[in-house]
Amino acid sequence: MSESNPFVAAWLLIASGDPTLAGIVALSLRVTLSALAISLVIGLPCGAFLAMSRFPGRGLLVIGCNALMGLPPVVAGLAIYLLLSRSGPLGPLGLLFTPSAMVMAQTVLILPIVLSLSRQVVEDLWEEYEEQLRSLGCSGARAIPTLLWDGRFSLITAILAGFGRASAEVGAVLIVGGNIAGHTRTITTAIALETAKGELALALGLGIILLGLTLILNGGAYLMGQYARRSAGQPW
Amino acid sequence: MVRKVAAVSLFLAVVALGASAQAQSEAGPITVASTTSTEQSGLFGAILPRFRARTGIEVKVIAQGTGQALETGRRGDSDVVFVHDPASEERFVAEGFGVRRHEVMYNDFVLIGPKADPAGVRGMTDVAAALARIAARGARFASRGDESGTHKAELRLWQAAGVDVRQTGGAWYRETGSGMGPTLNVASAGDAYTLADRGTWLSFRNRGELEILLAGDRRLLNQYGVILVHPARHPHVRARQGQAFIDWLVSPEGQKAIADFRIGGEQLFFPNAKESAS
Repeated sequence: MSESNPFVAAWLLIASGDPTLAGIVALSLRVTLSALAISLVIGLPCGAFLAMSRFPGRGLLVIGCNALMGLPPVVAGLAIYLLLSRSGPLGPLGLLFTPSAMVMAQTVLILPIVLSLSRQVVEDLWEEYEEQLRSLGCSGARAIPTLLWDGRFSLITAILAGFGRASAEVGAVLIVGGNIAGHTRTITTAIALETAKGELALALGLGIILLGLTLILNGGAYLMGQYARRSAGQPW
Repeated sequence: MVRKVAAVSLFLAVVALGASAQAQSEAGPITVASTTSTEQSGLFGAILPRFRARTGIEVKVIAQGTGQALETGRRGDSDVVFVHDPASEERFVAEGFGVRRHEVMYNDFVLIGPKADPAGVRGMTDVAAALARIAARGARFASRGDESGTHKAELRLWQAAGVDVRQTGGAWYRETGSGMGPTLNVASAGDAYTLADRGTWLSFRNRGELEILLAGDRRLLNQYGVILVHPARHPHVRARQGQAFIDWLVSPEGQKAIADFRIGGEQLFFPNAKESAS
């Protein structure tokens, strides 16, 4: 494709219904959403637990999680690469250069975001409702689902931040996925490849498609939040 | 409740990981660590479907620089390496990481530079003399700087030119530390000279003011070799399928597939496997 206008290139790509592009988009979403799901399952309860408990070393843990939000993707990728390489400790699993490896790398990147942001949300709620919940006999682990549910609208931001970091990321998935055509090529690694080939308009066209997808997902989350708030009778 | 959810999700994660590892070993595509020049030029896209039609074996290509591709093979993360730096390839085999090196094809390196040619190397036939002139004029030169096959070839040529780029480097000699395409992008943006393999150059779209200024010197020959990663070192290597790929590459059919690959009517790689006659 030698189209020189990136918007036209993006449109031609979509209009052509190219199965290669569909595969790339599907893999990007699959990897990113899997990593997000794993991060939520681990990050939300752990974040809530960290918010409600007091133990020695808790401060260090909080600082550590906050700092890991800035972990360079290429470092995360390299660490997972060394872990999964045939010469590494998890080598026998044969996971390097597979979508599973990419999910692991992205989970490492977005788990700290989900954990830290949910800790912040729950900590504020806990301060407000601790006495009330305790008086109702709801404390400790049993209060976690209640608090997470109560903070669900604020937690959407944490989820979107995690999704954004994962979907925009290229350094880590390039290292552990290998950008293999038809197997581990995502939108971002395809952008890197097309840039390397000098197909700048096509690369930017792919970027526009990625941005469009992110917009749609964010829009969907926003509308869902609005709807839920209205149903819950909360002001917005 | 929370503990149960955590336990179940951990269990699911482990099962999912295990299942994908299982599927991986049974389906059995082979992994080939190769160079950006072969992947980005589109060679693999053209020949792999023919190999698959013949043997049913799927090939996954990871495009890296030659140095990184050999490292991938050393760690056992690929079944085959397909690269272009004969000296490093022979060392790879001598160290016991590879079974045997097979020559597959060649193309050539070309000296690329801005049309304005500030160092005046157009029309020269001696690449070493041309590089010496670029250095003497202090004209900008973009180097890969990434231990790739092209980078190593470039360093050998500087040596032949009697220029120590580490010493005299200064402002005119820039290492991009990246692949051929990104380096051409840098050269294009900064009107710099660079050494490129012809395959990547022919398929490169963002040329700007760049063009080929010198080609044809015998020292610009770019030989590609293919090696099976040694199963004695890494028992999980899919030796049978990997060897089938190598055998096909050097067979008359594979050699023809390579010769048939063209961009704009121009042949990019010239098959020269020694076994092709048999």
